[in-house]
Amino acid sequence: MTPSETHIGGSLMGFVHRRRRGAELFLLVLALAVGIGAYAAVGLGVEGVVPTDLVGYGGWLTALIVAAHVTVRVVAPYADPVLLPLVAALNGFGLAVLRRLDITYEALDFDQHTFARQQLTWMTLGVMLFIGTLVLLRDHRVLQRFTYTAGLVGIVLLILPFLPLIGREINGARIWINVAGFSFQPGEVAKVMLVIAFSGYLVLHRDALALAGRRVVFVDLPRGRDLGPILAMFGVSMMILVLQNDLGSSLLFFGLFLAMLYVATERPGWLVVGAGLFAAGALAAYTFVGNVQNRFDIWLHPMDYYPGVSFQPVEAMFGMGWGGLIGRGLGDGFPERVPFAYSDFILSTIGEELGLTAVMAIVLCYGLIVERALRIALISRDGFGKLMAVGLGAIVALQVFVVIGGVTGLIPLTGLTTPFLSYGGSSLVANWVIIALLLRISDQARRPAPRLDPVDETDAESDSETTQVVKLR
Amino acid sequence: MNKPIRVVAVFSLILFLALLVNSTYLMYVRADSLSADPRNRRVINATFSRERGAILVGKDAVARSMPSDDQYKFQRTYPQPLKYAPLTGYFSWYSQTGVERSQNPVLAGDDSRLFVTRLVDLLSNSDPKGGNVQLTVDAAAQDAAWAGLEALPGDAAGAVVALQPTTGRVLAMASTPTYDPNAFASHDLGAVAELGTRLNDDPRNPLINRGIATTLPPGSTFKLVTAAAAIESGDYDADSMVSGGSVFQLPQSEDRIGNYDGGNCGGRRITLTQALQVSCNVTFLTLANELGNEAMADQAEAFGFNSTSLEDLGGQADSLYPRDMDPPQTAMSGIGQSSVTATPLQMAMVAAAIANDGEVMRPYVVDEVRAPNLSVLGRTDPQSISRAISSTTAEELTAMLVATVDDGTAAPAQIPGVQVAGKTGTAQSTDDRPPYAWFVSFAPADDPQVAVAVLVESSDTSPDEIGGGFLGGPIAKAVMEAVIRP
Repeated sequence: MTPSETHIGGSLMGFVHRRRRGAELFLLVLALAVGIGAYAAVGLGVEGVVPTDLVGYGGWLTALIVAAHVTVRVVAPYADPVLLPLVAALNGFGLAVLRRLDITYEALDFDQHTFARQQLTWMTLGVMLFIGTLVLLRDHRVLQRFTYTAGLVGIVLLILPFLPLIGREINGARIWINVAGFSFQPGEVAKVMLVIAFSGYLVLHRDALALAGRRVVFVDLPRGRDLGPILAMFGVSMMILVLQNDLGSSLLFFGLFLAMLYVATERPGWLVVGAGLFAAGALAAYTFVGNVQNRFDIWLHPMDYYPGVSFQPVEAMFGMGWGGLIGRGLGDGFPERVPFAYSDFILSTIGEELGLTAVMAIVLCYGLIVERALRIALISRDGFGKLMAVGLGAIVALQVFVVIGGVTGLIPLTGLTTPFLSYGGSSLVANWVIIALLLRISDQARRPAPRLDPVDETDAESDSETTQVVKLR
Repeated sequence: MNKPIRVVAVFSLILFLALLVNSTYLMYVRADSLSADPRNRRVINATFSRERGAILVGKDAVARSMPSDDQYKFQRTYPQPLKYAPLTGYFSWYSQTGVERSQNPVLAGDDSRLFVTRLVDLLSNSDPKGGNVQLTVDAAAQDAAWAGLEALPGDAAGAVVALQPTTGRVLAMASTPTYDPNAFASHDLGAVAELGTRLNDDPRNPLINRGIATTLPPGSTFKLVTAAAAIESGDYDADSMVSGGSVFQLPQSEDRIGNYDGGNCGGRRITLTQALQVSCNVTFLTLANELGNEAMADQAEAFGFNSTSLEDLGGQADSLYPRDMDPPQTAMSGIGQSSVTATPLQMAMVAAAIANDGEVMRPYVVDEVRAPNLSVLGRTDPQSISRAISSTTAEELTAMLVATVDDGTAAPAQIPGVQVAGKTGTAQSTDDRPPYAWFVSFAPADDPQVAVAVLVESSDTSPDEIGGGFLGGPIAKAVMEAVIRP
């Protein structure tokens, strides 16, 4: 229950959110302490000395965070004060963990051992886009104009990896493009585009979609003729699953659409339809796509396939079990035993060396991000903003659930990055833009409402019936 | 739209709660079982990288961890690798054997008795250290046993086990051919894996500790058990007249069994002492036939057959005396043939029991375990397993065995000035095995300090020499001398 809703009627508009930029700054200092402290701890734990580049690294991180904070202060003063510190802490902590892996990878002569450095570059780009988004986009409702453009771009981005020259298949998933030497996962950007497109579409068509059809066991099912959009989205998800072999993204896109559809229409019937479609799709995929069946089997009986196909998840489980409550300590584990410990499985590295304590802290951070996103949706004054905030929050929730659930064995393993922690430029940049959009919506929502001042106090009674001049403060 | 947003929020809360619960389940509840998985390389690596405790014989370490400057930090080294391999076993990245395995919790520092040490290590931020294990082995006896085995000709294989009769302490345990545990402790894991495969496939079985894992028909040394059963039955004593002669007609069979050298044991009726002295097959076939399967099995089990007793080393094979043998087999068992098999350790236990007034002591290898600061954490107390024979039977058997050494087949074990009790054993070998021989003895007969069993397989030696105790006798003698005259 937000404060604005506790006041009924006239007092609703009277409530003014505080800016809380000072609180944000305080939390950011804590977040920086986490990031820089973790970086120093990695040096101390793995190499026995404080990293020589600590000052330079810490300075760079601080500069990025301060730039982001100042931008928020100037262009989005009423924005939510918790989101930025949360992602700053996660990103800084992720960099430290990558640095820890780099040291071992370098010692073992792995091909790639500069993940932290590259990730810092990507973070710089991400913060620049974050700033750019906030500065250029002064009102998120502008995006509603680009509903169909965004949808088109999103779909094109999803198709890009299939194009012959630039599409690349890495580790069995065809989700990469390669342009001018840079690899990029267009799906990460497509997520944001699709949220904009869904929001724009649903806010316009929500009334039609909300019309009730047949009633089955207390649930009003939607009308058959309204099934078009959900079937289309279902088709896209299945295509991603079958063609790109990317279970995680498929689940993410469909779940995202379903959540937004439900929120827009307020009809639980859509959830029933969606869940039914998903169950049918999953069953079909299980029956006809051998790969899905394998993954399911590996999930149920990982130990039977070790050290074969289940090497990665079981190694991760061994590592996390070995970490226990407080972990082995930075540098005292063997996270390099888990393939892709720097991306999809970064949580196993954290679990092994910093224990259940750190894993819980991370999950709570993500939980808070989702909570803030949904809170923004609640207090947002316009439907488009509400839907966008729900969509962006749902992306984070679903992605975190799918990847952490996969790594810890709760659900079958799928390939997705852990937001802000995993190495990966596309994901990091896209997630920073997601946070920028959330802050923008939040700024709009928390900003004091336009004051409705009669132009002339004396003529109020006679003129107010016909004309009202809205004065923006 | 706010109501569904709240529903989405609740749903998200459930998702995150599920993540938290599942993480806790994985990292706290399942942690122990995951760490116990033998395929969990992290646990192996951690154990392999720890400063392991030493295995000590006397004041010298026969296994110890030396600092190394690679990723595993410590290198396990065995200063006398071949001599002590059957006892120490090896400590490789892949597995452990011997005392390295049985005392792994202490050596690795995981034992609950080392809890305080671990706590101190944790608080002082120093790496955990393992405790030390003190063996019961007498270095001089082990030297003698190993030297004797090494001096065997050609492709000889064999084992020596020496026990302290009054306690069951293992004074020596050597086996040949053997292997170098240093090679297994190497940090070159590929080479170690290759070595493991090669030695496992080696037809000479160098990895086997023949002292406890090889079972062969004990041959004439089993006549000690037959004689014990006869005296315990109450119908016989050392001077009883028993059947001699040159052949024994097996019951329910056409087969006739003669004596080893084709002789008649000195007459148709001879004393039990003389029968043992000349190792008369006819006498002991007759006795076993007369006593029957049950009495023989009871006596064998009282000495420790059909069960294992050594707890400090893995891989001990059961010495067998089947309870379901028919009369001809039972008769044959009286001279240690047919389905009777024994390990050198078992035959040493038989000798030790006779030496110890008939009481069988549990053999043990680990004397003490100590914390890294040398405080004693635990000491093995001698433990009686059973009373195999009465003390008068033991006295009579001892006298008979002394006679066997003084004037009989076991003469090679004579020690000037010391009364030695002993018995040879000859094998009736099949064609696919080299001939083998046994020798069991203890000394001094009046105050036994050591009981020895020697097993030798060799195809380079004539059966006569083997049968006469020419190979086993001197080894047993050397081991006994090493204990008696330090």
